[in-house]
Amino acid sequence: MTTNTLSKHVFSIEDFNLWYGNDQAIHQINMEIPRNEITAVIGPSGCGKSTLLKTLNRMIETIPSVHTSGSIKYNNQEIFAKKQLVEELRTHVGMVFQKPNPFPKSIYENVAYGPKIHGIKKKKVLDEIVEKSLRGAAIWDEVKDRLNQNAYGLSGGQQQRICIARCLAIEPDVILMDEPTSALDPISTLKIEELIKELKNDYTIVIVTHNMQQAARISDKTAFMLNGELVEFSDTDQLFSNPKDKRTEDYITGRFG
Amino acid sequence: MSTKVNSAQIKGRVVRNKAFKSLFIAATSIALIFLALLIYRILSQGIDYLSIDFLRNYPAPYIEEAGIFAGLMGSIFLISITAPVSIILGVSTALYLEEYAKQNRFTRFIQVNVQNLAGVPSIVFGLLGLTFFVYILELGYSLIAGALTMSLLVLPVIVVASQEAIRSVPKELREASIGMGATKWQTIWRIVLPASIPGILTGSILALSRAIGETAPLIIVGAAAAIYTIPDSFFSKYTVMPIQIWSWTSRPQEEWQYVAAAGIIVLLIILLCMNAIAVWIRNKFQNRF
Amino acid sequence: MTCGLSHNLCVVFKKRGIHVNKKAEQSYSVQDMIKKNKQKKNIGNYFEKGIPYFLLLCAIISVITTIGILFTLLRESITFFSNVSLVDFYLGSEWSPWTDRFGVAPLIIGTLLITAIAICVALPIGLAASIYLSEYASDRTRKIIKPILEILAGIPTVVYGFFALTFVSPLLGSVFTDMKIFNALSAGIVVGIMIIPMIASLSEDAMSAVPKSLREGALGLGATRFEVAMKVVLPAALSGIIASVVLAISRAIGETMIVTIAAGATPNMTFDPRQSIQTLTAFIVQGATGDTSYQSNIYLSIYAVGFTLFIFTLLMNILSQYISRRFKEDY
Repeated sequence: MTTNTLSKHVFSIEDFNLWYGNDQAIHQINMEIPRNEITAVIGPSGCGKSTLLKTLNRMIETIPSVHTSGSIKYNNQEIFAKKQLVEELRTHVGMVFQKPNPFPKSIYENVAYGPKIHGIKKKKVLDEIVEKSLRGAAIWDEVKDRLNQNAYGLSGGQQQRICIARCLAIEPDVILMDEPTSALDPISTLKIEELIKELKNDYTIVIVTHNMQQAARISDKTAFMLNGELVEFSDTDQLFSNPKDKRTEDYITGRFG
Repeated sequence: MSTKVNSAQIKGRVVRNKAFKSLFIAATSIALIFLALLIYRILSQGIDYLSIDFLRNYPAPYIEEAGIFAGLMGSIFLISITAPVSIILGVSTALYLEEYAKQNRFTRFIQVNVQNLAGVPSIVFGLLGLTFFVYILELGYSLIAGALTMSLLVLPVIVVASQEAIRSVPKELREASIGMGATKWQTIWRIVLPASIPGILTGSILALSRAIGETAPLIIVGAAAAIYTIPDSFFSKYTVMPIQIWSWTSRPQEEWQYVAAAGIIVLLIILLCMNAIAVWIRNKFQNRF
Repeated sequence: MTCGLSHNLCVVFKKRGIHVNKKAEQSYSVQDMIKKNKQKKNIGNYFEKGIPYFLLLCAIISVITTIGILFTLLRESITFFSNVSLVDFYLGSEWSPWTDRFGVAPLIIGTLLITAIAICVALPIGLAASIYLSEYASDRTRKIIKPILEILAGIPTVVYGFFALTFVSPLLGSVFTDMKIFNALSAGIVVGIMIIPMIASLSEDAMSAVPKSLREGALGLGATRFEVAMKVVLPAALSGIIASVVLAISRAIGETMIVTIAAGATPNMTFDPRQSIQTLTAFIVQGATGDTSYQSNIYLSIYAVGFTLFIFTLLMNILSQYISRRFKEDY
């Protein structure tokens, strides 16, 4: 099935709704996420931005009461289609979480985890992947001499970059980032932001953040969500300088949230 | 005037507080003194009788020749069967309950059932073993019948300990693994189990040390006292340390008490070692998350 | 594959010369390797699907164990009750199975006597220890004393039995007159010591769960620690304490080796703790070790006795769980 033409959009979300039990968390969202750009999703807490992000690689399904309607297409393939294996989707759509969550294993094992679970066993290949991923996450120089040490010994910012390296190791198409710097200090945050900008060359990145400055600094496009609805979605410059919707304006000028 | 009354009252209350504090300390001490007394008494009675020969000899009708070798080896053999059976069953049950089971009546039923099973007297497990393993499965008074009975006895304890250990693995780790396209089982096998193994081991070792000291169910399923061989198959006759101790204790002549005390010392040393290992594992791996 | 595009992407982008693509620089694509591996092994898929069933099977073994216990006890008991009437069993007052007298009352009274003595020992000491640990002791003291107390729970019962018979019983014999060597008192006291950690530990947990703010409120009004313990903490933790005591009672009822070794083998309708008695559990041991042939009345009677014992302890456990569940709702 490699006949797909490359669509301009990695994800096409159409009329998408999501409920936790009886509570609707996402209302009728339509949006298209462009390839090889950084798309930021902002909004006050509880607006459904994390939920939307976690839907893109179907991580949301780990919550049993969740059900959805509408369609989300990844490269023109419906992600909720029966024949779509979630595991396969997730190898293409990686995720970096809010709190750095390295495994209680060595740095090497952390990064090699993805390739290993997908059956890559050759030590030489793994070595290569680990180095490349760590370089990709701009942390190779800091850890190359202690690859066999436990990742828990690293600082929070380093741990988060290990998590990004771990994600890069299986060469995903898209990287979803769920407030990846909210648990980090300003200097670590800056490093991660720089890294994200660099990653844009090779990956499509969707980042959820409640830090508007961050969204303005790094993203190409920004979506503003409120109460489960997509209020506005446009180029970042435009959204911040010239918002079309009154609610967006209120939010970015700090009148609520 | 009223302040004077108050200060006298307060004095009384403070004195009462002190008196009761002493009383509470005294009561706590009683338990500790009892423990000290018990250990002192057993050491003083048994230490003289303890020797290499005692560890190497089979039970014998004469005090000088009696030893705990058969019991020691029997206990080791028994635990070598009980440990894998109960740990595999226990951890699997815990994994099912924590990772796979849906929140429904059936799951709650299994959970409550495990809790109640932990409260069933050990001798009742003996009766279950007698009917089921000894007679219905026709295993007879054999090592395997005893070991399987013991496995069922410690199973609930291991399930509960494993559940706690599995539950303590942060869900962020599971998310990270699943987010990379790992399947559920891959996540359990490569992330959840390794992270919870210290807790599982600690709980299991404590449960098994219980089993080593357990006497009643094994009496029921036919562990005998007069055994002069080491088990050479699953179906051999066998004895265990507590049974030997029991048999020596119940002899009328006072000298056998010393033999029993010596046996108790051996038993307690083994339990002490197992507990020390469990505590060591717990401390070494504590607070990793 | 439904959406395996990564490699194609790399190639396309490289051709277009859009970026210096890190993924395309290398000689292989990880995604391609993953794809190949996935095609190779479908066995993994069956394994993945089979595992939950295997685990469920293991979980069901614990249920089967319970059913097995009930089935075993009921089956042999029913056979027993077809030979000996239920009325004679529960209302008869003589237990002498070797002469075909199966009135279980003496065994039940023996069990109750032991349990009563044990609780008389364990309740005050266990409760005092738990109050001391939770209200008075410093963190350091608690960290030392609690594990030592818990050693008491880890000592094999055969060791306690030995101690009761060879030390406690002679000691009490020198204090009381007419003390038998095998007697209910020494066995009961030692069973009590054995269950102290259970009461102390669980009660302490219940007391520690009482919010600090409650204590501070009372202390701030000038109450002494003792008053806080009695008037604030104890009432708030009461259901947890009761649950622990009920659980300890259940443990005392089911205790076997101490009573087998030290309390004797004389089914006796007496509440005199100096006498030799027999408990339900001690009879099961006696019945199983004596010359009892399979399916004889004596053999069957140990199941009837075991069933009675099982019901007693089950009721206690359920009661304890019920009480502690209610207690959890309190805060």
